[in-house]
Parts: sequence; structure tokens; C-alpha cells
Amino acid sequence: MMASSKTAPETEIRDPREELPEHLGALRAFALSLTRNGASADDLVQDTIVKAWSNIDKFEKGTNLRAWLFTILRNTFYSDRRKRKREVADPDGVHAASLFEKPAHDGRLAMNDFVRAFDQLSPEHREVLTLVGASGFSYEEAAGMMSVAVGTVKSRANRARARLAEMLGLEEGEDIMSGSDRNSLAVMGRSGVAAA
Amino acid sequence: MYSDMADEKSKSSIKEQINANLKRVYEEALQEEVPDRFKDLLAQLKAKEGGK
Repeated sequence: MMASSKTAPETEIRDPREELPEHLGALRAFALSLTRNGASADDLVQDTIVKAWSNIDKFEKGTNLRAWLFTILRNTFYSDRRKRKREVADPDGVHAASLFEKPAHDGRLAMNDFVRAFDQLSPEHREVLTLVGASGFSYEEAAGMMSVAVGTVKSRANRARARLAEMLGLEEGEDIMSGSDRNSLAVMGRSGVAAA
Repeated sequence: MYSDMADEKSKSSIKEQINANLKRVYEEALQEEVPDRFKDLLAQLKAKEGGK
């Protein structure tokens, strides 16, 4: 029997603003990845909360609230940055990377070396890597949040990874985490081709 | 061809390493306690809304 006179099911009544507390930790982690500074990250999260609250009518119910919040946060970050305009534009982090001293790792990538290299990336590169590499958004979702094409997200992520690999001295053909097997396989492969 | 495969493999292993480190950095940030000011702010916004 159909309850035809029943109106909205209870599930869609929940105000998305009630869900904001669940996203605070993620917002702060994302803000930290962009600003690399606790105080600036907190200010950014604060502005994001206020904007999200007052613009909640623009949120499409049923879509990904976290993605929507992240979008507000990153847009706020870049617009603040444009206003301040004191930083030299270096979207690929070319200049920053050239100042970076390669770590002298002995077969294991130390966390602080990684963090130091990550800090040197441009915010654009930190952003794309955080979205697709760390927080598990798809390339498509990241493209939506960043208002760029999916291909741009992919190529930016690849450039960012290459930049990190370069700074950290991770050469292709070298596997510093685990692996004599991989290395010897590569060597065998090469000599095999040379011999053929 | 065999060496191309090995290169591809090592490229993806660098990617995996980088992703693993990115996740660690992000997870560490997630572990940090959310400052009370955000909960206070939400409470304030809510109170303001109710007072309309």
C-alpha cells in the first residue's frame, strides 16, 4: 500500500549546517596543506565556516558537502593571496626548488625531508597532491573543486610529484624504500636488452 | 621493452612512495585536535540564526 499523502521523507530534512562539525578536522588539514602555517590555517577555516554558513542555500543537497567546503576554502585562500599579492608567482615552484638542498638519504626517505620538500612546493602543487594523493578525491572531483579540466589536474599532479621526486633525489629506476629486487630487475632488464 | 617495463614500475613506485608520505602528512594534520574556536563559532552562528 502506498502512503501517497506522505510528504518529504525524514532523511532529507537534515540541515547540512548540522554536518559542519564533522568536516572541521578535514578542513583544517586541507588549510594546513595550503598555508603550511597553523595560525593562517585556522583563520582560513574560520572564514570558510562563516561563508559556508551564510551561503548554505547554494549547497546542492545530496552532493558532496566536504568537496563543497573544500572549494570554498581553496577559493578563499587564493583570493586572499591575490589581494595580498606579496608573493612572487611561482606556480610550478621552479624557483623554490632551485633553492632546495637535496637530502642525503641512505636508502630511506625520512619524513622530515619529505615535509621540507613539500613545504617548498607551490600552493597549487600542494593543493593538487593533497586532494588526489592524500585526501582521496578523484581527479574528476578535484577538477570540479579547482575549476580546471581533468587533464589539467592530472598533469599538475604529475609535475608536482616530479618536483618532489627531484628535490628528494628519487631517481627513476631507483627504489629507495624497498628494494634490491626492483633494482636488480631493472639492471637485468637493461643488460638483457643490450645483449639481445 | 623489458627495461621499459622496469622503468614504468619504478615510476609508479615513486608515485606510491610520494602518495604514502602525502597521506602521512595529511593524517598527522587530521590527528590534531580541532580548536574550540570553530565549535564556538558554529554555536554563535546558530544562536544568531535562532534569534532572527
